[in-house]
Amino acid sequence: MNQLLTDTLHTAPITGTIVLALVVIMINALKKDSLRMEYWVSLIGIAANIALAVWAFPLRGSAFAGTVMTGGFASLTAAIFLVAAGLTIILARDYIAKIGVNFGEVFHLILMAAVGMMTFAAGTDLVVTFVGLELMSVCLYVLAGISRRVLKANEASLKYFLLGAFATGFFLYGIALIYGMTGTTNILAIAQNIAAYKSEPLFLVGAGLLFVGFAFKVGAVPFHMWVPDVYEGSPTIVSAFMSTGAKAAAFSALLLVFTATFDFSHSSMNTVFAVLAVASMIVGNVVAIAQTNVKRMLAYSSIAHAGYMLIGITAGGDVSLAGVLFYLIAYVFTNLGAFGVTSIIENAEQQGTDLENFRGLYYRRPLLAVLMGVFMFSLVGIPPLAGFFGKYYIFMAAIESGYTWLTIVGVITSMISVYYYLRVVVLMFFQTAEEGEAPKVTASGTFALLVSAAGILLVGLFPSIVLGWMGGLF
Amino acid sequence: MIPVHYYLILSAVMFTTGVVGVLSRRNAIIIFMCIELMLNSVNLTFVAFSSYLGNEAGQMFVFFVMAVAAAEAAVGLAIVIALFRNKQTVNINEVNILKW
Repeated sequence: MNQLLTDTLHTAPITGTIVLALVVIMINALKKDSLRMEYWVSLIGIAANIALAVWAFPLRGSAFAGTVMTGGFASLTAAIFLVAAGLTIILARDYIAKIGVNFGEVFHLILMAAVGMMTFAAGTDLVVTFVGLELMSVCLYVLAGISRRVLKANEASLKYFLLGAFATGFFLYGIALIYGMTGTTNILAIAQNIAAYKSEPLFLVGAGLLFVGFAFKVGAVPFHMWVPDVYEGSPTIVSAFMSTGAKAAAFSALLLVFTATFDFSHSSMNTVFAVLAVASMIVGNVVAIAQTNVKRMLAYSSIAHAGYMLIGITAGGDVSLAGVLFYLIAYVFTNLGAFGVTSIIENAEQQGTDLENFRGLYYRRPLLAVLMGVFMFSLVGIPPLAGFFGKYYIFMAAIESGYTWLTIVGVITSMISVYYYLRVVVLMFFQTAEEGEAPKVTASGTFALLVSAAGILLVGLFPSIVLGWMGGLF
Repeated sequence: MIPVHYYLILSAVMFTTGVVGVLSRRNAIIIFMCIELMLNSVNLTFVAFSSYLGNEAGQMFVFFVMAVAAAEAAVGLAIVIALFRNKQTVNINEVNILKW
């Protein structure tokens, strides 16, 4: 009994968010016109849970019979997902009212998806990893189709669902084969004999299938087909949450399973990572140039960023682990901001996210344009913004592990990406505005964007502090 | 006693059938059934390994897979119904406002 209480307490960010999500859905069920109350309860609850994650940070270990990690890595990633969920909820309040889906369930689903993400990234048993992945995915399928009278959203959620469930099949088959080889699903137990398993074909096939499941979730080429359609069709705040929280969760779990425990660096598996990294960077960046819709452009850019993070996974080792986590933090703030600005520009019919709609934004909404500029420059990777240091640490780690050619590809594709990111900036600042209605800016939306921009600047100005959190995560 | 590799071959065949079905069929419901076939072939693999290894963890995993598949089915069919109400079709070739 005592053990159960201790475990529940030590996995506090997860258990606390479950309680919070249940409280929110109960308020929704029992109280009329409860949206405002749910919003504030969610935000206060998220703040409390971030505090719990910080409190649990030093408690490195495992809970629930070695199935869930506590402290360190689990706390850090939990804090990232909670920040993403919190900013999404702040952006969501006015957005869901604008597009006419102001249901309280939205907040519940965002919180439940965050629980899934935390579980996904903290599970040291593949059962827990799988359940976390599915909890996150099922909530996101519903969120993608939440505006159920809009055909584009139906289509996005159907595609997301079918391809997501398809990927789950591969993920599970991989786990089944690994289980057949090792007799356990606990990755820490598997890691003890990992050297012997690495020469077994059955184990390698299992790990390969597992990786296919992960590659679908992070949206790496050639498993990226769903990304542009789903990000474009879903409500913009949901795209924001998917491209930050869900992607960060998949990468964290990938780091935990493939880099930190199985340690596939310096093995044949590395070639697969490297090929996927190169393909994602090239396809993402080149196709993004041709896009006229900002949401679709950001979707291709997120494929490209998955490629950069895969460089870190290829390099392996502690340095690149820290680099990828740093990149994730920078990326969460930046992409939430970029999608957030897009969600404010968008009109009530969920249209108007084309590049044209950004033309002359500076003359209509100066603050919005400046913030979007910050997000774009961070995505390019211009110092002193967070995006620069993310790329810097990953490229450094890659060079140290002897992947200089990968770094060269990364730098060249980053150069290509300058074109389409800066095109947005040029349109906003250097083109004259045609007469049109200025987008309606709300206090909460601006607040969320300012928090994102502040996050980018602080992480970019004090990178060593953020990197300091990553010493001895495991 | 039937050797374990019989089960593994059967489940691999089931899994492949599911994958081919997902990639070749155009009806959303049939695609979904093929995905369920993939999940059930995974269940068969787990049970076969569990019995072969004399280890119950695989059977426990099957319960999780079944529960999750049920939850996914509920959400997936709801999405298909929402689509059908707007478009009167479940053929994914006709669902193409967003270019693939």
